[in-house]
Amino acid sequence: MAEIAYKSASCIYEGTDTPAVDRLTLEIEDGEFVVLVGPSGSGKSTALRMLAGLEDIDEGTITINGTDMVGVPSKDRDIAMVFQNYALYPNMTVAENMGFALKMRGLAKDERRRKVERAAQLLDLTEMLDRKPAKLSGGQRQRVAMGRAIVREPQVFCMDEPLSNLDAKLRVQTRTQIAALQRRLGATTVYVTHDQVEAMTMGDRVAVLKDGLLQQFATPTELYDSPVNAFVAGFIGSPAMNLVSAPVTSEGVKLGGTTLPLERDQLAELHEHGLTSATVGLRPEQLEVAHPGEGVDVRIDLVEELGSDSYVHAHLTADDTGEPATLVARSHSRTPGRLGETIAFRKSHGPVHVFHPETGQRLAA
Amino acid sequence: MSDPARPTSTAAETPRKSASTEAVVPRPSTENVHRRRRAHRKHRGVGMIWSALAWIVGLGFFFPVLWMVLTAFKHEREAYTDPPTLLFTPTLDQFQAVLGSGMGLTLLNSAFATAVSTACVLALGIPAAFALSLRPVKRTQDVLFFFISTKMLPIVAVIIPLYVIVNEIGMLDNIWALIVLYTAMNLPIAIWMMRSFFLEVPPELLEAASMDGASLATAVRRVILPLVSPGIAATALICVIFSWNEFFFAVNLTAVRAQTAPVSLVGFITGEGLFWARLSAASTLAALPVVIAGWIAQNKLVRGLSFGAIK
Ligand SMILES: Nc1ncnc2c1ncn2[C@@H]1O[C@H](COP(=O)(O)OP(=O)(O)OP(=O)(O)O)[C@@H](O)[C@H]1O
Ligand SMILES: [Mg+2]
Repeated sequence: MAEIAYKSASCIYEGTDTPAVDRLTLEIEDGEFVVLVGPSGSGKSTALRMLAGLEDIDEGTITINGTDMVGVPSKDRDIAMVFQNYALYPNMTVAENMGFALKMRGLAKDERRRKVERAAQLLDLTEMLDRKPAKLSGGQRQRVAMGRAIVREPQVFCMDEPLSNLDAKLRVQTRTQIAALQRRLGATTVYVTHDQVEAMTMGDRVAVLKDGLLQQFATPTELYDSPVNAFVAGFIGSPAMNLVSAPVTSEGVKLGGTTLPLERDQLAELHEHGLTSATVGLRPEQLEVAHPGEGVDVRIDLVEELGSDSYVHAHLTADDTGEPATLVARSHSRTPGRLGETIAFRKSHGPVHVFHPETGQRLAA
Repeated sequence: MSDPARPTSTAAETPRKSASTEAVVPRPSTENVHRRRRAHRKHRGVGMIWSALAWIVGLGFFFPVLWMVLTAFKHEREAYTDPPTLLFTPTLDQFQAVLGSGMGLTLLNSAFATAVSTACVLALGIPAAFALSLRPVKRTQDVLFFFISTKMLPIVAVIIPLYVIVNEIGMLDNIWALIVLYTAMNLPIAIWMMRSFFLEVPPELLEAASMDGASLATAVRRVILPLVSPGIAATALICVIFSWNEFFFAVNLTAVRAQTAPVSLVGFITGEGLFWARLSAASTLAALPVVIAGWIAQNKLVRGLSFGAIK
């Protein structure tokens, strides 16, 4: 049971100038499931490894239950880690793998056996306890790695992309299992992934990182509904939010030949900053397919059929800026149109997201 | 014309296609079957030629060794007959003679120098290889180059300064001088070899062990060493072979007390080409420990390295 706080924590790898994690500040509550997400190289793993004690905290600090962790070796932090490649001890059986930490703690043999068996039962590994990791499937190895972490009943779980070596179906299955297990054990968990679907479905709160900098730390719905900047807006959600640069008019922004009306406070803020153009964002499900003239006219580039619905990729026909902007709309119809056909996209519901054209910061709520 | 790869790919596909249609057609034409059988037979013939060749080459290499071992069990007069005597009553006379003439001491000297220097190499080399692989230190490349650079100078070029030094410190004809030299001689190779084995160990294993509460020493002993033990065994074997067979240092720096087996072997070579059986017995005795060491190490060597650690 632990509260974790990153306080302006930075990590600078030797031989590099820019910090891999730059003044990260996060307050994680007891029992919370926090997901660190971001593109490759954004510093997620580094941030996690700083907490685990595998990477130095070069500036700032990290505390667990108020205790400063700078200089504390990982073996004394009471943190269990699940590695992306599982890092099972190949020379030990599954039971020995899971019991290794208990052995290090000096627990008696029968006590160890009991705890390992209980964890194995929880993870459906009972039959494999005497096997070596080489004789297990990928999914089973993943469960052993989880088992090795949970037998210890640690204060904190750290997981670095534990599902990335599994196939798509197993990943979805295991995703829910891990989330359920964490709720049950109640241990504070920090989970790293580059998959924003995992982040959204598993996390109580999600921290979005980019280039070592924290972009936003919020609940999944908050990230989805009010991303703080264009990067988060584009990163969260699949397919990504449509982000188009558009000239500002008195009632809204000009998109194609039509005007997209904006909220009063959005317009006020645009004028306050003296902006003549803005980056506007619309999620694919906020757009619906209509007949030409009923919205922004677009020409279809690609239709992705998903069975239940389809995604229509199209570009604006009357683009004032030269480089034609492309938009994606989600359509409930399976046959929204043919390739090259001109249709229209119409905004159906919800507010338009408006971002500063240069800084990318969100304008108005 | 546009695609030169295409004709080849269709040509490659054709036989496969015909084979699959054959499987479906109930009565394959007899001609086709014959052709296939012939092809099969030809294939097997080629394989047999290759294995026969392999046996011939292998026996060619092994024959002198076999001849040496056989001769070691003969009486001197049987060793010279032409045609060679193949049927004879084996005798241990030659071995007795060899050991009686003082080769026993040199074998012991060799064994001692080999065992101690190999132990020293492992004691110094394992930590070095670990530091240069799993715990990369600053200037890893430079250090590695330094190690290997010590092997670049021919031994002949350093023997005179070495002789002077060993003489000055009064270590001539002392087995410990050889132990120090053998350790120094094998250490660079051992570090390079073991480093390549250590590099195959995923670094996450050490991290996982440290998260599990193991100290570095425990993690290395319980997790890393069991994985790299085949590599260490291979390295130890190489060190054993090199020090056991070392001749140049031994012949220059030892005389009577510290003489090693290879040097004493030379004493059995006579200018007139006599006493072949005795020379063979001495050579067999000198070769035996290395063969035994190789046989012991073999069990370790064939075991897979770190399979199953990851993914
Ligand atoms: N050992 C290292 N030495 C130097 N730079 C490193 C080292 N490890 C990571 N980096 C750099 O630090 C930055 C962050 O790396 P990190 O591994 O934390 O990214 P990540 O978000 O986990 O990415 P991924 O999703 O690809 O795993 C990257 O720019 C990377 O190049
Ligand atoms: Mg990573």
